[in-house]
Amino acid sequence: MKATCWMGPRKVELVDVPDPVILDDRDAIVRVTSTAICGSDLHLYDGYVPTMRKGDVLGHEFMGEVVDVGRAVTNLHVGDRVVVPFPIACGGCWSCKQGLWSLCENSNPNSGLAEKMWGSSTGGIFGYSHLVGGYAGGQAEYVRVPFADVGPLRIDDDSLTDEQVLFLTDVFPTGYMGAELCDIQPGDTVAVWGAGPVGQFAAASARLLGAEQVVVIDRLPYRLRMAEDHSEVAVLNYEEVDVREALRDLTAGRGPDACIDAVGMEAHHGSVPIEAFDKGKQAVRLQTERAHALRQAITCCRNGGTVSVMGVYGGVVDKFPMGSVMNRSLTIRTGQCHAHRYLRPLLQRIQQGDVDPTFIITHRMPLDEVAEGYELFKRKRDDCVKVVLTP
Amino acid sequence: MTADPPASILDAPVVDQLDDTGSRATSQDPTGPERRHGLAERLAAGLGWFSLALGVPQLVAPGRVNRLVGVEDTPRNRAIMRGVGLRELGGGAGVLTKPRPGAFLAARVAGDAVDLALLGAAARSGRGDPGRARTAALAVAGVTLLDAVAARANSRTADPTTPRGAVRARSRITVNRSPDEAYGYWRDMRNLPRFMTHLEEVEVIGGGLSRWVAAAPVGRTVAWRAELVEDEPGRRLSWRSLDGSEVPNRGSVDFTPAPGGRGTEVTVDLVFEPPAGAVGAAVARLFGEDPAQQVKDDLRRFKQVLEAGGVVRSDGTPEGTRTGRLLRQRPARPTGATGEAT
Repeated sequence: MKATCWMGPRKVELVDVPDPVILDDRDAIVRVTSTAICGSDLHLYDGYVPTMRKGDVLGHEFMGEVVDVGRAVTNLHVGDRVVVPFPIACGGCWSCKQGLWSLCENSNPNSGLAEKMWGSSTGGIFGYSHLVGGYAGGQAEYVRVPFADVGPLRIDDDSLTDEQVLFLTDVFPTGYMGAELCDIQPGDTVAVWGAGPVGQFAAASARLLGAEQVVVIDRLPYRLRMAEDHSEVAVLNYEEVDVREALRDLTAGRGPDACIDAVGMEAHHGSVPIEAFDKGKQAVRLQTERAHALRQAITCCRNGGTVSVMGVYGGVVDKFPMGSVMNRSLTIRTGQCHAHRYLRPLLQRIQQGDVDPTFIITHRMPLDEVAEGYELFKRKRDDCVKVVLTP
Repeated sequence: MTADPPASILDAPVVDQLDDTGSRATSQDPTGPERRHGLAERLAAGLGWFSLALGVPQLVAPGRVNRLVGVEDTPRNRAIMRGVGLRELGGGAGVLTKPRPGAFLAARVAGDAVDLALLGAAARSGRGDPGRARTAALAVAGVTLLDAVAARANSRTADPTTPRGAVRARSRITVNRSPDEAYGYWRDMRNLPRFMTHLEEVEVIGGGLSRWVAAAPVGRTVAWRAELVEDEPGRRLSWRSLDGSEVPNRGSVDFTPAPGGRGTEVTVDLVFEPPAGAVGAAVARLFGEDPAQQVKDDLRRFKQVLEAGGVVRSDGTPEGTRTGRLLRQRPARPTGATGEAT
């Protein structure tokens, strides 16, 4: 089959690899009908996530048709149409039972590696480095889905298109969880850093969950426009305004009640020398993250407020404003999305017409053009927000 | 980052560091001879401070030290003395800061040998003061003896409960199953090879006896018979190999309810004597087959089998959790093979 392989930093290629086969009774094989490039794939693309190996198959946002099932998979049948959440979860461990699906205690066979880096391991993730399992991903024609009796959501409603349900795999639930972690109360202002796919869904979800005012912060006008067009939000371009001052003004001096970081480890800094300095430090591993968005989210948040971190971080952050967190009683809530939790409720939201997730799609391409898709998305060319690929 | 995994993640001694998260393999008994050990530590500390006290004047006033020990005071000899001083400072710091100073003490012995050779050369050269050089050499010889004693005492101490050369490994894990279920799975010893990768087969003979076959290095297998020593349903099992086994060993596993409905805490304690004794264990460790790590990996797989229904395998790790594999992952892409990859 053809599969998108990571061949080194800034290098992905469509490569012929063997078809996946059932390795365990709980596996299913899915023929991918739609897949997408995630913003977090760009961290892999840029080479900032350790433990990638040349030839790894990428992709954790995918859906398709079941073509084979292991003996223990009784809930799915050949021919079923499924959406597959990006974390791999066994369903039997304490974490899974608690609904902390991305922290599955069994699905990362390389947990020793993750323990060394993070103290304890997380669960496995499709196509997202060996630190989280070394699983082949879904930017391919076929993919093996472990624990298929637990993860995949069957889509029986044929009136829903692939594009409408594809983002249930990751970016919609991730943005939604970012807003949910804010524990939004009546009258709350929620500020969202990053108007990429996760930021778009976080802003839309914050409105759905009852925020009085939602503010989206980015530097790319086309992305801010998308947020404005789709949800009732205020937007700030951090290259044009002083974000902290603007947020104080929008909240009459209080500051946002909750701040969502939908940017992560490769944040851009408005100041050229600071950006260059931080990129240098990242390159020589003095820090693994450029956390400008997170720092600003923390310092802008109102006293006693909540900072919800959905942007991906891999290792250590330099100059972390802990004094601001501690002295001002901030709460930091974060995590890889426990996507399994949100599949059914968010499918219902889509069916009810509360959210039409297709609004983020800017590019549709055949899988053959995946390398170009990565470049477009990486360089933010052609007003790119989301690339959907069809094998 | 390059195509290869970064040195900081994969090249570090994963096995050693992982030991710190809860597993220990050691030929020392934790309740070992404390008093003797205390003495050894004090001797090591004394020698460490001696190194520092000697190193400072050697470094800052090499000429005076040269004259004191009867070595001709030339620029070349001053440079040598400075080098010796640096070595003393490094060695002293190593002995004092290392939790296990044995290696640094051994290095001190080697350093002493170098010093003796230098002093001998000075005495034979006829320059400087041969009498003083001989006195200094005698003093160094005395220190060498102390260093050797301290190095030996600070290396592995004998464990009164574990035979010499034997290896002990203990590890714990929490499994989200009841003690009865966890015990029940373990009690049927035929299940053990499912999660203990080094076992090829366990055959239950009856009457509490079983026959174990394990993989050994270089494609060999070793077999032994074991008897069940303790069997407390839902709580504890222990076993030991019968006399005359090629790999004498014993082990126990305890099952205790974890607090607040968190399942069962499983504690495994194994003692075995590797076929080639201590050397065999050291060699095995070199290849990532560290016994503590093995037990830890075994328990992870035990948890996977009970909670997830089987050993979890990915494309990068097709044979399932095994720490040795962390250092040499396959690419995360289908192998095209079914069944267990090698």
